[in-house]
Amino acid sequence: MDIRRLIRIDRKNFRIGRVLRNSLHFTWMQITFTLIAILPFILLLGLMYKSYFLLESHSVTSILLSPNWKPLRGEFGFLPFIISSIWITVFALLIAAPICLLSAIHLALYADRWVLRIMHPVIDILSGIPSVIFGVWGIVAIVPLVAAAAAVFNIQSSGYSLLTGAIVLAFMIIPFILNLLIEIFRNIPTSLMEACLSLGFTRWEAIKYVIIRKAAPGIISAFGLGLSRAFGETIAVLMVVGNVAKIPTGIFQPAYPIPALIANNYGEMLSIPLYDSALMLAALLLFILVTFFNLGSRFLIINWEKKI
Amino acid sequence: MKKKLKYIEEYFFRGIMFASTLFIMIILLTLIGSILIKGLPALSWEMITQTPKGGFYFGKEGGVLNAIVGSLYLSLGATALALVISLPLSLFINVHLAGTKWLVNSIRFLLDLLWGIPSIVYGAFGFTIMMYFGMRTSLLAGIITVTLFIIPIMVRSMDEVLKTAPRGLLEASLSLGSTKSETAYFILARQCITGIITAILLAFGRAIGDAASVLFTAGYTDYLPGSITDPVATLPLSIFFQLSSPIPEVQQRAYGSAVLLTFIILLISVLTRYFSYRYKKQSVKQL
Repeated sequence: MDIRRLIRIDRKNFRIGRVLRNSLHFTWMQITFTLIAILPFILLLGLMYKSYFLLESHSVTSILLSPNWKPLRGEFGFLPFIISSIWITVFALLIAAPICLLSAIHLALYADRWVLRIMHPVIDILSGIPSVIFGVWGIVAIVPLVAAAAAVFNIQSSGYSLLTGAIVLAFMIIPFILNLLIEIFRNIPTSLMEACLSLGFTRWEAIKYVIIRKAAPGIISAFGLGLSRAFGETIAVLMVVGNVAKIPTGIFQPAYPIPALIANNYGEMLSIPLYDSALMLAALLLFILVTFFNLGSRFLIINWEKKI
Repeated sequence: MKKKLKYIEEYFFRGIMFASTLFIMIILLTLIGSILIKGLPALSWEMITQTPKGGFYFGKEGGVLNAIVGSLYLSLGATALALVISLPLSLFINVHLAGTKWLVNSIRFLLDLLWGIPSIVYGAFGFTIMMYFGMRTSLLAGIITVTLFIIPIMVRSMDEVLKTAPRGLLEASLSLGSTKSETAYFILARQCITGIITAILLAFGRAIGDAASVLFTAGYTDYLPGSITDPVATLPLSIFFQLSSPIPEVQQRAYGSAVLLTFIILLISVLTRYFSYRYKKQSVKQL
């Protein structure tokens, strides 16, 4: 047997094997790529398909603007939930925004190395803590606090209220916004700061008059992303917010945001007609709102990065 | 006078900035502290090694082994499944598509959008799919839902690491005659292996901590799952259910389970830090 021939065949097989493996991998990669590229549309279609049953018998405006939530009588008004969601998210952002902004400026422009060495793990751990743990903490620590605060103002409150939800939510989105903001402040060229300092500004003046203005679109979009993150938070809020399907009239009143509505009623949703469809419509609404906010913020941040 | 004022302002703001940084740290400390204080007394060996017995939800005997095992099965399954999709995809973005900038940017944008979608929406979607195919709540449905939910997280974090690998490495490998997939798996993935492990751990942490996406799809049961079509309990949901009970003993156990979950998350976080530290030390630097 000619040994050279054997080697030649072997090499040929080896090459074919490699090419085959390459094309197999390539095909699988293309499949995963396509899968991810169409996933958002599948999500949208899936939710629309289910919520279509409700929209057949009820008009969109009657669902979005009616305050009556009586599934047993076939009345599905989303207004209390939408308003609760908006209030909670806005309050959470109002609490989180100043803390994040100040802390981000500190960490990006002032802080010593040892502070960063401590704070990086702290932010990482905080952002990794599951929603349900925040909820437990809210019940243990924040609920009694809020109840005590309500008592000071002579208001009857169990502590399970809009304010409690907002506080817990604020602490949940702090690490998320903080990470984005630090990134944004690091992206600003140091030459700007140096120029200001050489003109006799103090550091804070340089930040106030120059850096913040330069970073403004980035900061706004970071808050926008935080807002959309807060909008969809479920379990932690659900645990502390009280869950009463009425339009809240004060910050010590219980509220009932959209994600809590979906999560709370999965048990009975199959026993009442159109109930599951209504919940899927709520999920669809959540999906559209969050994606809309995300899109806006991301576009803003991309444009801003191009300019710098 | 004016000059003095501006220095006072500087120190004032420096003070409140430091205070807000400190505040964030205090949040973490009080959070972990209050969970530990409430939960440690409730922890016992029995809790980790037993499934709920009769009367468990009235404060009688039993533990949360069903939830621990369920959570591990669910997140391990979902992480494995997500890895099969995420690793090829992130390599595809960084090797095959490296030339077409617009495609890379748009897929990254899409993944960021997917990352932003709340997990409850994934849960609702998973439920829709489940109903469509006539499945019951099961481990399988839970795994699929969680997989969808963690894929964007995994791909984006892998992508962030692969992006930093030097281009010269790819060019050298390709010029020596290796195919693109060989370059991707044997050169790029090996170079970034610690970063990839970090991404996997991150996704695993998300998978084990998330409750909203499995609420509809995985169901809840007091028994250990026997097969992939059985419903399965998860740790976050078990905390949630036990805490909503009015009986103090059951609530105590919820705090105990919360300590367990916190412990798992902290462990994952420590591992993540270790691997990202190794990555910084070992990787080939750009010349």
